Amino acid sequence: MTTVTNGVNVQALLDAREVLKGAPEAAQFTWRASATWQHGVHSQIKVQSYYGLGEEHDHKEESVFEADHPDVFAATDNGITPIEYLLVGLASCLSAGVASVAENRGIQLNSVQATVEGHHDIRGILGADGDVRNGYNDIKVTFNIDADASREDIEALVAQSQKRSAVFDALTNPTDVTVEVA
Amino acid sequence: MSAERVTAVVVGAGHAGLAASYFLGDRSIDHVVLERGEVANSWRTERWDSLRLLTPNWQSRLPGLRYEGPDPDGYLTVPEVISLIERFAATTRAPVRTGVNVTSVRGSPDGYRVTTSHGEIDCRAVVIASGACNRPSVPALAGSVPGSVEQLTPFDYRDPAKLPDGGVLVVGASATGVQLAAEIQRSGRPVTLSVGEHVRLPRTYRGRDVLWWMDSSGVWDQRHDEVEDLTRARRLPSPQLVGTPERTTLDLNALAALGVQMVGRLAAVRDGRALFSGGLRNMFSLADLKMNRLLGTFDEWAHASGRDGEVGPVQRFSPTDVPAAPRLQLDLRSGEIGAIVWATGFRPDYGWLDVPVVDAKGHLRHDGGVVDSPGLYALGLPVLRRRRSTFICGIEDDARAVIDHLAGYLAIRG
Repeated sequence: MTTVTNGVNVQALLDAREVLKGAPEAAQFTWRASATWQHGVHSQIKVQSYYGLGEEHDHKEESVFEADHPDVFAATDNGITPIEYLLVGLASCLSAGVASVAENRGIQLNSVQATVEGHHDIRGILGADGDVRNGYNDIKVTFNIDADASREDIEALVAQSQKRSAVFDALTNPTDVTVEVA
Repeated sequence: MSAERVTAVVVGAGHAGLAASYFLGDRSIDHVVLERGEVANSWRTERWDSLRLLTPNWQSRLPGLRYEGPDPDGYLTVPEVISLIERFAATTRAPVRTGVNVTSVRGSPDGYRVTTSHGEIDCRAVVIASGACNRPSVPALAGSVPGSVEQLTPFDYRDPAKLPDGGVLVVGASATGVQLAAEIQRSGRPVTLSVGEHVRLPRTYRGRDVLWWMDSSGVWDQRHDEVEDLTRARRLPSPQLVGTPERTTLDLNALAALGVQMVGRLAAVRDGRALFSGGLRNMFSLADLKMNRLLGTFDEWAHASGRDGEVGPVQRFSPTDVPAAPRLQLDLRSGEIGAIVWATGFRPDYGWLDVPVVDAKGHLRHDGGVVDSPGLYALGLPVLRRRRSTFICGIEDDARAVIDHLAGYLAIRG
């Protein structure tokens, strides 16, 4: 295998996989975000702490996100819409997967561009038609990848990245969600 | 009551247990083969009517027994498999005790104590050949299926005529799932097939059975300690193959042409609705890519070994067609679905094994059939020693090697 420099520490991930096979409790992570309503349909979301490997952690820095709705929703557009954040998550997760799998397979990446489109019928959220769902009808991700590999190998990278993607799974499979008032 | 003593006990008189007996006999190691039912019991009681072996007849070889019938390229029916295994038991004069159920195997001071429905046996070595498919694996979400829908496993299923009228949801697209989906659809019951990860293979490739390629090209020779992810290889679903006289391919495109409707992996049953994964396209991509990689290795082998002239031209098959808008849910209370068939795999049952050698997932801890407890051995499990181990033709080399080890163990222990 040639040495590639995609910058993913695959060895650490492979080592973790071996260790966690025998320590499922350490593999339990909790990710968190906390949103504070601002005004109108504008919220500010902060992400800093998470739990994993049996203890609390902090990201190096707190990340702050603004979520709002655009002018056409008669809103103030202080940030992207919540449903767009799903696209952010999906694109970044699949791209991370492509890089990791490429590193593991010894494929040098030159550039990776993912374009994500989610098709959304907003009659659902407006309550205009009870037969229309609230969420996306479908999502399409298009990868443009320049790598030292055949088209078939690149397609295999993209397929494997979906197979191991947390966000792809979260979007394609149902998840039990509890919402309560504290 | 004192226990009977023999040197070795073989649990199960299928092809694996009888092959163990063949090599034990060869070495004059006194042994018995304990069988809860008749020889080839699971073939008699746990198979559906139309089933044939996935392997062509010429591959149905057992130690000292070669296929000599008129149809080397055909596939044995279940009655033919039973008669093959019976013939094997008869020609090897295996010391089989039928109708003897093993209820416990536990360690004893000089080996193992085997408790059966007919008394106790003390022995120095045990060969577990009780099969890999003792129980259908049914996901826990089956418990949430409304009572109005009949649920069957491949152990319950015999033929489509016994199903209720109406639609049938077949869950799982391995060999079992695709075979049952096809015959149920042909019976006039509309089938919805829930597809997760699967192994797509054409029945024939470049004019030869695809399993001829697996055998000849050396793919099946890969040893268990050479397989990159052995756990995964041992849990791989069986390929989408069927043995028919016409040697037809039964992939998802063939099923779609019959009218079978494909949906994603069954992810949940919630409020009476089956919810399917939206990741169906990627299941297709993964299987198409893997099939093409495998065909590529066949082509390389044919070229490198100078056999291109013996086989037909290189082929590539069209990608699996993605349905325009795969359904994401199905109301199980609407009456559209009358029955669900769980073609979700099988697992072994070691409930009788009182030796701590079974892992948290219910699989035996073993290294090429040498179980993690001295004197304990296994045969007849997927990728036990080689990829070939999964198939009948793999048992000869496996049984020889495992019984070699067993004999060496007895010799060292004196």
